[in-house]
This record gives sequence, structure tokens and C-alpha cells, in this order.
Amino acid sequence: MRHDISILIIGLLAVLTTASIVAAILCARAPKPLSSTLVNLTQRINAWWVMVALMTVAFFFGRYGMTILFALISFAALREFVTLTHTSRSDHWVLLGMFGIIIPFQYWLVWTAWYGLFVIFIPVYCFLLMPAITALHGDTERFLERIAAQQWAVMISVYCVSHVPALLTLDVPGFEGRNLLLIAFLIIVVQGSDVLQYIFGKLFGKRRFSPTVSPSKTWEGLIGGLVSASLLGALLSFVTPFSPLQAACVAFVACSMGFLGGLVASAIKRDQGVKDWGHLIEGHGGMMDRTDSLVFAAPIFFHIVRYFWTV
Amino acid sequence: MSKLSLRTFTMLQTATSVGLSALAWVVTGVRPIWNGSLPSDRQRIYFANHTSHGDFILLSACLSEKERAITHAVAAGEYWGKSRLRRFIAEDMLSSVLINRQWTRPEENPIEIMLSVLDQGHSLILFPEGTRNMTDQPLLAFRSGLYNLSMARPEVELIPCWIENMSRVLPKGQFLPVPLLCRVVFGAPVTVAPGEERRAFLDRAHATLLALNPRPERND
Repeated sequence: MRHDISILIIGLLAVLTTASIVAAILCARAPKPLSSTLVNLTQRINAWWVMVALMTVAFFFGRYGMTILFALISFAALREFVTLTHTSRSDHWVLLGMFGIIIPFQYWLVWTAWYGLFVIFIPVYCFLLMPAITALHGDTERFLERIAAQQWAVMISVYCVSHVPALLTLDVPGFEGRNLLLIAFLIIVVQGSDVLQYIFGKLFGKRRFSPTVSPSKTWEGLIGGLVSASLLGALLSFVTPFSPLQAACVAFVACSMGFLGGLVASAIKRDQGVKDWGHLIEGHGGMMDRTDSLVFAAPIFFHIVRYFWTV
Repeated sequence: MSKLSLRTFTMLQTATSVGLSALAWVVTGVRPIWNGSLPSDRQRIYFANHTSHGDFILLSACLSEKERAITHAVAAGEYWGKSRLRRFIAEDMLSSVLINRQWTRPEENPIEIMLSVLDQGHSLILFPEGTRNMTDQPLLAFRSGLYNLSMARPEVELIPCWIENMSRVLPKGQFLPVPLLCRVVFGAPVTVAPGEERRAFLDRAHATLLALNPRPERND
């Protein structure tokens, strides 16, 4: 595994270094003051350095590192989601429970690999109990809207996100002790797909995919991004239990889900009248702006691996 | 109470302010939006909407270390002066300036106390609604203090600061905060126009502060 990790880290460093050099050259050649696109590009690349560094640190702390890192990501994402939606004073205890009980408990289930409860705790128990508590408070104003937003908040930012560290609990024969690499594979292809879609969209984008939801997404960006991300998946098959063809297919499905996640996130933001979820990551917006694709891809990737590769 | 001698922060006050600012960031990710004014060590009166005990913590978390050490929140003496512990928290830890709204003796005159702070070159955080807003209205009518201070010390900048979301983080009667993102929007300075009446000025300052709210509640 050491060998695989070294190759991945060197690869990522090479990509980031190239990106920083290209951005620096573009900035040096461009007329001053720099356009907002170039400023944003530089900010984004710098933020990537920080994110890759954080992921690498968490990686070396193994299961502890990953579980804690993704619990914190859930916290940041949930905070952004709840801030954006309508809440009422009488929701206070439900909201506190989302942060104080649901996040720790869900990640404790990940930690103890209690699969049976992990998959139903939020979609069954929280689904039923949260609206019950809200109803007990007796405040019926915009009731359905409030409970629906609460459900969505925990499903997206806790349940879906927790599927990333849950990959560590899968028993893939012949792949023992290397599950961290599944996380690396998922994150690299999904985030890579976002970046590649952005690049292909900027270079060749003409036909808008969905003008009403997200004007920046184009067919050219989507196809170019998905095809190249699938190729990237095939290239990375050496760190996975998949064959190159299988890796390409899995990457294709994960990245397609990631694209849909970005689309849904855009629709929610548009509905709520904001451009970004928050301001945690300079140049990118909030945590949800960076993880919307991962959120949709993680559960599907988890279940594909669990169904086809575990015993 | 009238003989306020202000020094820069004691160790305890520095530790409290650093600790609370860090806590505010962890819970609310607070960040300033400078929308019409800029950070400066000029002498200022920051006036803000008031819905929770956490308001001034959020506001001072947005100031630099240097400004924080000379900026004092004005708090109600009836509440914070009630017991030794409360007075210790308010004065020795938070370095607030306590004023009594129902004052009788001349040395308790709130305006005089606040002016004495300004005359030592320090800045103030003032909540001109006079009390925490527990109603459904976004902002209560202003009391006169802001006008009186500005008339007496026209060189001190009055900066409107809209504190977002604190009423959701810590609603009425609750003591555990829900982590929600908060921003503090700092607007352009407000000044009393020549010949402007007290009420007209207060209403204008009120409207200016209200207009800073970046996301007014949608009515749908």
C-alpha cells in the first residue's frame, strides 16, 4: 500500500504544481488588474493545495483520521444547509439534535461498522422521529417545508457524506488493509471530474445543459469531463480491486452521479436565492459547493463495491 | 461607576476575548462583510441589532486584536451589575461598560459614562434598541443615546453593523447555540445632518441598519 500511496501523492503534487505554474504564467501575461476569472482560478488552486494537504494528513491517520475528517465535513455541510433553509424558533431542539446527536451517532456507527443500523438510522428513525418532535412542539406554520428541509439536511450532509468513511468497513477479498485507497480513488475521480468538466466547459462549452438550473454546465463540459474522468479511473485501477475496464465503468457511474449532485445543489441554491452555500473555502464557496458531487456519488459507489466486490 | 478608568486589556480580558472569538468562529463561522466602511483603528461607535447575548461577541470577533482591546460593549447595569459574578464577567472578563437605564443620581447618567469612555480614546459597541429584540419585527425603534453621543462627539464615526442569524443561533430563552453561519455587515458611517431633528436622525439610522440585512426573510 505504501508504494500505491506514494504514486498517488506524487501524481497529485505533479498535477497541483502544474496547475499553479500554468496559473502563474496566465496571471503574468494577463493585463493588470487581473480579471475575476484569473483571481478565482488562483484562489481555487491554492484551496486545492490546502484540501489535498488535509486529506493527506487524514490519510496517514487512517481510520481515525478519515472518520473524524468526514464527521467535520458533515458538520460544516449541515451548518451551511440549515443556515440556508427556513427554520422556526420551535425547531431549536431538533436542530441541536442534528448537530449534537445525529452526526456523532452516525459516525459512531461507521466507526463500529454496524452496517444494519448505519443504513437505516437516518432514513428510518430520524425520518420518523424528527417530524414527530417538531409536531410535539405544536408550531404548524410552514410545517411540511420545515420538516422536509430538516430531512434533506441530514440525508445530504450526514447520511450521504458518511458513506465515504464507511468504505473502510467493507471486506473486499484480496484487498484487506487497503480500503483507504478506495476513498482516494472515489475522491480523485469525482473531484477530478468536476475540474475536468470545468476545463472542458471553459474550452469547448457551447450548448447549455440546463440553462434554468445552472448556466455554467454545458454538454461539451459534461461529456468531456465524464469521458476523461472515466479514463482517469482506468489509469488508477492499480490502486483498486477493479480491472481497468471495471474501474472506468465505476468511475463513469460515480462521476455521473456527481454531476447530478451538482445540478441538484444548483437548483437548491437557485431556489434559495444564493450563489454559494457559504464561504469556508476561498474561491470555491462553502463546504457544500465542494462536496455536492461527492455527496451524490458516495452512496452509489459504496453500494456498487459492496454488492459486486464483497463476500 | 462614573469613574471609569480604562486601560488596555488585562491578561484575563485578552484571554476571554481570544477564547470567545475562537468559539464564535467554531459555532458560526462568523466573518465580516465590509460594505461601506473598512476596518480601521479610528475611534468609532459600532451600533447593531440586538437579539442575543452573543451579539457583541460576534461583532468583536470581526475586529482586529488591536481594535478589540479598545472597544467596549455597552451593557445594562440592571442585569450585569446585579451580582458579583455577573459584574465580574461583564467588567473584568468582557470589559463591558455598564449603564443603568433607570438612573437617579447624576453620576449614573449613561451618556456621561459613555462620553467618558470616548474621551479616553476608546470605541463603543452600542445596541440602540435598548434591549434584546424578542419580537417578530426585525428591528425595534432606536433610543436617543446614539443621537446624543453623536451631537456631543461629532468626530466619532457611527458605523451601522447588521448581525445576521444570531436570533436563530440562540433564540429567546435558549442557552445552547445551534451552529449556523453568521455574518456581520458593516455599513457606511452615519452622521447627523446639520439641523436634523433627533427623531428624524434616529429613524434614518434605523433604516440604514435595516437595509444592511443581506437576506431579509422571504415572505412566501
